[in-house]
Amino acid sequence: MRYLLSHLDDAWALTVIHLRLSLIPIVLGLLIAVPLGALIQRTTTLRRLTTITASIIFTIPSLALFVVLPLIIPTRILDEANVIVALTLYTTALLVRAVPEALDAVPEPVRDAATAVGYKPLVRMLKVELPLSIPVLIASLRVVAVTNISMVSVGSVIGIGGLGTWFTEGYQSDKSDQIIAGIIAIFVLAIVIDTLIMFGGRLLTPWTRAGRVGRSKVKAAA
Amino acid sequence: MNFLQQALSYIFTAANWGGPAGLAARIAEHLQYTVVAVLVSVLVAVPIGMLIGHTGRGTFLVVTGVNALRALPTLGVLLLGVLLWGLGLVPPTVALMLLGIPPLLAGTYAGIANVDRAVVDAARSMGMTESRVLLRVEVPNAMPLILGGLRTATLQIVATATVAAYASLGGLGRYLIDGIKVRQFYLALVGALMVTALALILDAALAIAVWTSVPGTGRLRRMPQPLLGDEVVLESGARSQRTSVARYERGDPSLTVEE
Repeated sequence: MRYLLSHLDDAWALTVIHLRLSLIPIVLGLLIAVPLGALIQRTTTLRRLTTITASIIFTIPSLALFVVLPLIIPTRILDEANVIVALTLYTTALLVRAVPEALDAVPEPVRDAATAVGYKPLVRMLKVELPLSIPVLIASLRVVAVTNISMVSVGSVIGIGGLGTWFTEGYQSDKSDQIIAGIIAIFVLAIVIDTLIMFGGRLLTPWTRAGRVGRSKVKAAA
Repeated sequence: MNFLQQALSYIFTAANWGGPAGLAARIAEHLQYTVVAVLVSVLVAVPIGMLIGHTGRGTFLVVTGVNALRALPTLGVLLLGVLLWGLGLVPPTVALMLLGIPPLLAGTYAGIANVDRAVVDAARSMGMTESRVLLRVEVPNAMPLILGGLRTATLQIVATATVAAYASLGGLGRYLIDGIKVRQFYLALVGALMVTALALILDAALAIAVWTSVPGTGRLRRMPQPLLGDEVVLESGARSQRTSVARYERGDPSLTVEE
């Protein structure tokens, strides 16, 4: 704890790197997975194919992927881009399965009602189905965010920056307080991001806060 | 692709497999860490998940506990463990448990809690004691999700056991970390390829286990859905009912605990 307080400047600099490495992939993953997931939701074969591909990608260990990527794409070994590409792959792999599942959770009657009042498929997807799938999607997004933050710290064993460097430095110089400081910093970071995503989800879905009355009204209407 | 050729020729040279630092020994070490950590995670997570799923109490504990454990960085805990307790089996097991417990706990809890209430009530009305309801009815029905959690846990642990090498604990991560340290990237690639292969093999084996554990002979699929009744659906939330059925059909574990 004392180490963390006396090295706040370092902590801040490392946190910025850590956040950059773990959050950019989430944004990129969302940009890829949401349109893709919405497209494949209704096509059984495509959906199964995507699920299988996603699980194979997810099986590749992260450290291994950090090392192998430079052979496949034109980046240097130990480049930050490798981490971002690798984590984007994982994020997309997880979300591309979660998005159709979240869309499945939209009640069929609601979808039918939207069609009945004249929504075209694309507009219905954007204005009705995607917003209603946010609560389920947020649950997956929180897992992805926390996992990414933890994965970036593992990257420090092969020389990738971020708060994980406190682990490797602390271990090499036998300073357990530096390691503890790193654990606390990453833990707090993960909890803060997790909470922010949760509140973000609530802000985006004001109707869920209307409580059970509102929900049963939707049901009754349906 | 030069690295790849070098790496493959390294793997396919018999001389690199024997000896105390050969591939075979490294694989054995890697598997040892994985198996021990998975076993301990099962021993901790499955009983707690069963208890909470059966009683329905402490759901909040699962959600917060799972999130908090996920937020703890494995590498930090591992290195701190080595500094505190020295080298040995304890630090990697504790560190890897952090990865194994969340999916197992979430899978067990969700599996038990999502067992059709009508089935549980039927078992109870036939005079089964609570422990029999849990072990004979709920657990078999929850098996696909429990094993799904086991699959995720094993996958995460086998992938992350790589970091044990950083603390001089051996395992396949040795190649990865040494290879980068001495700038022999083909060696790092050997490690990466071997870990990936190991993960794929274990995952395939567990995927088959999940597939065979789906209870009954497709009776869940044949069960007429309208019989569930609107009241039941309304009470327990249409969402969880729908997704649980969908998951059974695909035998696909969910990584998340829905609040």
